[in-house]
Amino acid sequence: MPLSEDAETERRWSSLMAAAQDGDRRAYERLLREVAPFVRTIARRRHGTADRVEEVVQDALLTIHRVRHTYDPTRPFSHWVAMIAQRRSIDALRRKTRRDAFEISDPLAYETFPDPAANRGVEVYTATEGLSEAVAALPPQQREAIELLKLREMSLVEAAARSGRSVAALKVNVHRAIKSLRKRLGGDG
Amino acid sequence: MVERTEQLIERLAAEARPVRRLRPPLYRAGLWLFAVAVLTGGAIAAFADWHVFVERAHDPRLVIEMVGTLAAGIAAIVAAFELSLPDRPRRWLLLPLPPLMLWLASSSYGCYRHWLTVGPSGWELGESAHCLRFILGVSLPLGVSLLITLRRAIPLSPLPVGAAGGLGVGALAAFALQFFHPFDVTVIDLGVHVIAVAVVVSLATAAQRLAALGRPAPSS
Repeated sequence: MPLSEDAETERRWSSLMAAAQDGDRRAYERLLREVAPFVRTIARRRHGTADRVEEVVQDALLTIHRVRHTYDPTRPFSHWVAMIAQRRSIDALRRKTRRDAFEISDPLAYETFPDPAANRGVEVYTATEGLSEAVAALPPQQREAIELLKLREMSLVEAAARSGRSVAALKVNVHRAIKSLRKRLGGDG
Repeated sequence: MVERTEQLIERLAAEARPVRRLRPPLYRAGLWLFAVAVLTGGAIAAFADWHVFVERAHDPRLVIEMVGTLAAGIAAIVAAFELSLPDRPRRWLLLPLPPLMLWLASSSYGCYRHWLTVGPSGWELGESAHCLRFILGVSLPLGVSLLITLRRAIPLSPLPVGAAGGLGVGALAAFALQFFHPFDVTVIDLGVHVIAVAVVVSLATAAQRLAALGRPAPSS
């Protein structure tokens, strides 16, 4: 990108963010759409898989949303976003390292058994499409709780910081969400 | 991904309400320091032993030590406000280091001189327990008010913010202590001052970490 174009983008993002801070939802949506590829580029420096990159992008967008009142329109917006994206990228790396330390590969886990009931757990687990639909149908707060705590495997403290809700509220939401998912996916209890 | 990035953007935009922009960090730090100066200045004016203090203040070493302590406190508070914002570099942590060195060096020199003049009793435990109580007692309310003020920025990295803030309130408490400290510091006193400030830094860091449980951006 030529320098003048960079400066133009910087100015546009800055004024879109200033408008977003004043409550202009259109400006905010446009800004987030423009910024997402920029954040994606930063996330790719540390993460290889598309899923992981997208996880960082979403984390960064959620953080931008929560701390948007801290942006000072007289300062460069791209630097503000880049710092947030880098922090979230490093957080995701830490989570991955922590997760890897506790996970082991067990090929037998995918074995099927003659009794269909014995396979149900694995089938439910692998039926990601059904699960996705079931999660999408949850109320927003329950959906967010299940996404952060169960799908992204964040700790309660991290999820609370990301969502802006208390640990207790997250626990209640995730409990209700799991109950609803069990009901919807035909599980017990 | 269960929720696609596109859907997330739509959801965030739909939820967006006007927010009140934070004032510049220097301005906020200045306001906080001004409030603290008014309150502690009033307490010092009312309760300090001025007769003893004026006598001790003739010693340029004490003046240098106090300048170092106050400057370390102010610099650390400014650094904490700067570091609470997402786009400020960690370099801000270095800001309080030069005055901190001045404070510790002049205080150490005072200990050495005290030892030379009074001998081994310069190494004895003075009113150190009082100093510890004073620094912790003054730092606690200052630290709580600082934590509440800093939380508005929802710091992404709470630890450096806590460390700088803890150093700031600890140094300001140590500065105020000089008005109630009728003698030069012994080595033990200095050790206790450093430990007290370290305790305050650790408490502030832990508190910032807990405060990172966060909350949504404040609406106007």
